[in-house]
Amino acid sequence: MPSFVITEKCDGCKALDKTACQHICPNDLMVLDKVQMKAYNREPEMCWECYNCVKICPTQAVEVRGYADFVPLGAAVTPMRGTDSIMWTVKFRNGTLKRFKFPIRTTEEGKAVPDGGFGPGDANLKNQMLFTEPASAGMPTIPSLKK
Amino acid sequence: MANFETREVSTDLLILGGGMAACGAAVEAAYWAKQNGLKVTLVDKAAMDRSGAVAMGLSAINQYVGLKDGQNTLKDYVDYVRNDLMGITREDLVANIARHVDSSVHLFEKWGLPIWKDEKGAYVHEGRWQLMINGESYKVVVAEAAKNALGPENIYERVFITDPLMDGDKCVGAVGFSVRENVFYVFKAKAVLVAMGGAVHVFKPRSSGEGLGRAWYPPWNSGSSAYFTLKAGAEMTCQEVRFIPVRFKDAYGPVGAWFLLFKSRATNGMDENYMETRKPELENWVPYGKVKPVPANLRNWLGMLDVMEGKGPIFMRTEEAIANIANQYKDDPKGYKAKMKELESEAWEDFLDMTISQAILWAASNVAPEEAKSEIAAAEPYFIGSHSGASGAWVSGPEDLQTSETKPVYFWGYGHMATTPGIFCAGDASGASSHKFSSGSHAEGRIAAKEAIRYIVDHPEAPKVDAAKVEELKAMLLKPLDIYAQNSKYSSDPNIHPEYIRPKMFMFRLQKIMDEYAGGVTAQFKTSKAMLEKGLVLLSMLKEDSLKLAAEDLHELMRCWENIQRMWQAEAHVRTILFREETRWPGYYFRSDTPKMKEDWLAFANCKWDPKSNNWEMIKRPVMYINQAL
Ligand SMILES: Cc1cc2nc3c(=O)[nH]c(=O)nc-3n(C[C@H](O)[C@H](O)[C@H](O)COP(=O)(O)OP(=O)(O)OC[C@H]3O[C@@H](n4cnc5c(N)ncnc54)[C@H](O)[C@@H]3O)c2cc1C
Ligand code: SF4
Ligand code: SF4
Repeated sequence: MPSFVITEKCDGCKALDKTACQHICPNDLMVLDKVQMKAYNREPEMCWECYNCVKICPTQAVEVRGYADFVPLGAAVTPMRGTDSIMWTVKFRNGTLKRFKFPIRTTEEGKAVPDGGFGPGDANLKNQMLFTEPASAGMPTIPSLKK
Repeated sequence: MANFETREVSTDLLILGGGMAACGAAVEAAYWAKQNGLKVTLVDKAAMDRSGAVAMGLSAINQYVGLKDGQNTLKDYVDYVRNDLMGITREDLVANIARHVDSSVHLFEKWGLPIWKDEKGAYVHEGRWQLMINGESYKVVVAEAAKNALGPENIYERVFITDPLMDGDKCVGAVGFSVRENVFYVFKAKAVLVAMGGAVHVFKPRSSGEGLGRAWYPPWNSGSSAYFTLKAGAEMTCQEVRFIPVRFKDAYGPVGAWFLLFKSRATNGMDENYMETRKPELENWVPYGKVKPVPANLRNWLGMLDVMEGKGPIFMRTEEAIANIANQYKDDPKGYKAKMKELESEAWEDFLDMTISQAILWAASNVAPEEAKSEIAAAEPYFIGSHSGASGAWVSGPEDLQTSETKPVYFWGYGHMATTPGIFCAGDASGASSHKFSSGSHAEGRIAAKEAIRYIVDHPEAPKVDAAKVEELKAMLLKPLDIYAQNSKYSSDPNIHPEYIRPKMFMFRLQKIMDEYAGGVTAQFKTSKAMLEKGLVLLSMLKEDSLKLAAEDLHELMRCWENIQRMWQAEAHVRTILFREETRWPGYYFRSDTPKMKEDWLAFANCKWDPKSNNWEMIKRPVMYINQAL
């Protein structure tokens, strides 16, 4: 059913200022049932299995079960996303387990500086250069048509 | 009318969308705005950290030219794109993006995106133009720089944009609604930069049950860009040039790593390699049939011919590719083991970074790629002008990349501005400049943003907005809520009602029309004049019924508008296929009544909807190249 929420694990993000899964879903699928204080996917057939709700949930309450109309049962793909890397556990239908770890970023979260440290560059509103160019392009200038 | 507060926001530059192009635009615009005392506002229907086509992440940067190291020239890139698109390309736009794309990539790296490097510190290439990345957080990193540039007070998330605000022929803002609270938004601006991505679910997908959402293209991009520019009366281009990717079947996992890194072949059910057995077919599409690499749509076409003859399924020969690698290490078992471990990790990362569904499907099917081949298939058609499609608005090129011949036709004052003054377009929103991908879309966003600021500095007059028109738009946007509220009690099942239609069934109706009449999967990507004309009749009734869409809540109101946007994209598509009386991209669609490419159609097929008369105009524009001057 694409993403689904394990009832027991979801605490409705009580401690946060916003419901994490609802905040992040690019397709506006996750909603909080305010009576039960449990989240659910309101339109599973519009889910891309992008895993953003899974990765963001503070209690690991969201999982994904492959689309029932073409995926055999029994597999599980589970991420653990940290600040600089992500760990994946892939469980096969036949029980085989694979684990992978990949870096996700090389800088501290939140700190991306718009000019990337290149400085504003030589651009003015009349020339063809953009902010940070030509330094960010690594060239003395930006090429144009041969005259 | 439903009780909604109207909230007005006045700004100078309004950026619509929060994806790759919009994030590039934000960084650039923030700089120039500060210099000129201007305000920039960005609106996204979702959360910028994870919105748009890169929401899940990507495993490669598909456009990097390598200009600084002399790896390629601008001309190389332009030649590649022109040939891949069978000659139909605005080289001025492609070159403009290509000369700025590397600097976007260098910025990504500084912002924290891990790009693979070899022992010498050079980028690792997947193919000539593609760089390998650890891209799980690609969008998070790129959005972070954009958000830091703009400041949170200038960003509106979860606001869904529909229509342009017009002052005569000029665009002066946009309207939309919040999907979190009952608020109707009116954004007034001196210029608007459209970057709301492409469209999916216009055609019926192969999976239509629970897997409906697993299209290759993300289900949340619904043609908002095309709708917005069409409604503003802007001229559109390449509306016939849809994209059909061939990917691992059903979950649509990427095949690039297998083809490019592991040198895998694809063969049919009889073990024949269609790229070899069908080679003579390429003669029918010269000169493009002769270029290397073979254009994407022609590669599709050769495989489709096999499938249409019942020679499927088509398989990626993973087991063979791995055996070939093993063979290279036959005297070095330790080296082989290390290499296999590396390849296995690369192959899985390719899926886990950008199509996790494919990892689930392989795990659930116990796929061991070294033991057995895996099926690949052509997906349904999508509108993604930034990738290997080309649909989007017809925009001005930059002045310095025009020849005396191209200038009168391709340049009107500000680069990447649509024919409607005040509208700038980037990424999937601008047409005839395909193969920009994630990095080129970001670069185009930057280019368009700078040009938009230049336009605002030249045109500082405050936007004039007619209050009565705003009220009219508000009533139009909220109407589906009213229809539902007023009628739903009549039937004991609110889904089935003689007076209204809910958005999901409306979408299915659109998809069925497009699938069957406009060359979708069911029609094996084939259509004809007679089919298209019938499709247009059905679309015209669908359009009438769009006034009877009903929404129970804010989420469904968004679904109603997404499907109206899809319907407009569909109509532009059908009209343009009908106009172009030839077949030029046989692996994207095949017109059975005009099955050949024609000399006199080496031209752009443009279209325009006139807001005053409600008529469509079809326009043929010349294709002219600048590559000799590059
Ligand atoms: C499956 C897949 C794989 C790809 N792989 C690669 C790859 O490996 N390498 C590569 O370089 N490129 C790749 N691409 C291409 C790349 O993702 C696109 O070229 C790029 O994202 C286009 O940028 P954009 O800004 O035009 O659109 P997007 O990035 O899609 O952004 C669209 C934005 O508009 C917002 N929006 C949409 N509608 C509205 C509305 N009505 N109101 C307000 N906001 C709205 C969305 O929320 C989003 O923020 C891939 C694309 C797909 C789909
Ligand atoms: S997997 Fe993605 S699309 Fe599906 S509910 Fe979660 S965030 Fe939304
Ligand atoms: S993020 Fe997790 S804990 Fe929070 S509401 Fe969603 S499922 Fe529940």
